[in-house]
Amino acid sequence: MAKKLESTFTNMVIVLTVISLVAAYSLGSVYNITKDPIEKADLKKKLDAISLVAPEFNNNPNAEMYKVAAVNPSPGLDSLEFYPAKKDGKLVGYAVKSYTMKGFSGLIEVMVGFKVDGTINNYSVLKHAETPGLGTKMGEWFNNTAKPKQCIIDKNPANIKLKVSKDGGDIDAITAATISSRAFLDAIDRAYKTLQEGGKKDE
Amino acid sequence: MNNFTNFTKGFIKENPVFVLLLGMCPTLGTTTSAINGLGMGLATAFVLMMSNIVISAVKNLIPDKVRIPGFIVIIASFVTIVDLLMAGYLPALHAQLGLFIPLIVVNCIVLGRAESFASKNGVFPSAIDGLGMGLGFTFALVILGSVREMLGSGAIFGFKFIGDNDGMLVFILAPGAFIALGYIIAIINKLKKA
Repeated sequence: MAKKLESTFTNMVIVLTVISLVAAYSLGSVYNITKDPIEKADLKKKLDAISLVAPEFNNNPNAEMYKVAAVNPSPGLDSLEFYPAKKDGKLVGYAVKSYTMKGFSGLIEVMVGFKVDGTINNYSVLKHAETPGLGTKMGEWFNNTAKPKQCIIDKNPANIKLKVSKDGGDIDAITAATISSRAFLDAIDRAYKTLQEGGKKDE
Repeated sequence: MNNFTNFTKGFIKENPVFVLLLGMCPTLGTTTSAINGLGMGLATAFVLMMSNIVISAVKNLIPDKVRIPGFIVIIASFVTIVDLLMAGYLPALHAQLGLFIPLIVVNCIVLGRAESFASKNGVFPSAIDGLGMGLGFTFALVILGSVREMLGSGAIFGFKFIGDNDGMLVFILAPGAFIALGYIIAIINKLKKA
């Protein structure tokens, strides 16, 4: 067995420098290899969400994205992203990337689609850290058209109160996950109000 | 110690979670479901094996006084590699485990094996040790994840076997992790004595 290097100052400096250089080089290479797949995965996730929530379109909403100042924003998150959906050049709806900070574990991001008149078309939860088995149900709770009291699809926030029924609203909260439900509706509400106040972009 | 016992010791006899009680933070944090436990376990196993190999290969080139910083840089590099690869090729799993992947760096099991095994043994035994310990960790996480998922949401690996809302909520939340882990450790201790 070869003898261990002595712990002299020069040895330590050289060894740590060499280790760091090798580590930096290998991380750089892996970063370059994975850069494209990561970007593609992120973009695909976004595009999938847009095509899920927006009414049928044939333009490229991602290229026509614009930002609108959010209604009562949280610090640092003062604008929402709007993706206009157009069919044969005619505006059919919007996909709005909205958020709330009121989740059980903070930030929740949703992509919500509206028809031109403001009716909710569909939604998709993009990012959250809610409790598995409870708050995570928001992905399939609020779009269950078989249960109209908890569903927000095809409803127009102009006619209903986007709040949980415990707070005097018209939507039933997820069982045992009222905080997540409130937060989710807060995000949808923010998207709707922002759409009404300056989010509509006339051609 | 031959290579076989070297490999199997990680499963029961020196299981990192149930016996050594190392790496509790990711253990309790990620085991809300069996599949999360599996993903986290395999990621850790990969890091453990690769860092054991590299550390045992370069152990004589690292002066004793700076061995910990040296080990940590090597381990952190592998963790970042796993993080990037996962983000690129398994985005769904990465979204679930995202927060805990960087924490593998400070997982006591990884540094513990580097310090107590890889820095004293050759490359091949170290690789076996890393793989065995890593799979033992995975095994423990899957068991704990399955128990919590079964009791908490009435499902296993995502397949529901009881109706909605019938699960015991506490097992999904943090206190249930401690309770479930405590009982599993008690059972393992009982089995070991028998």
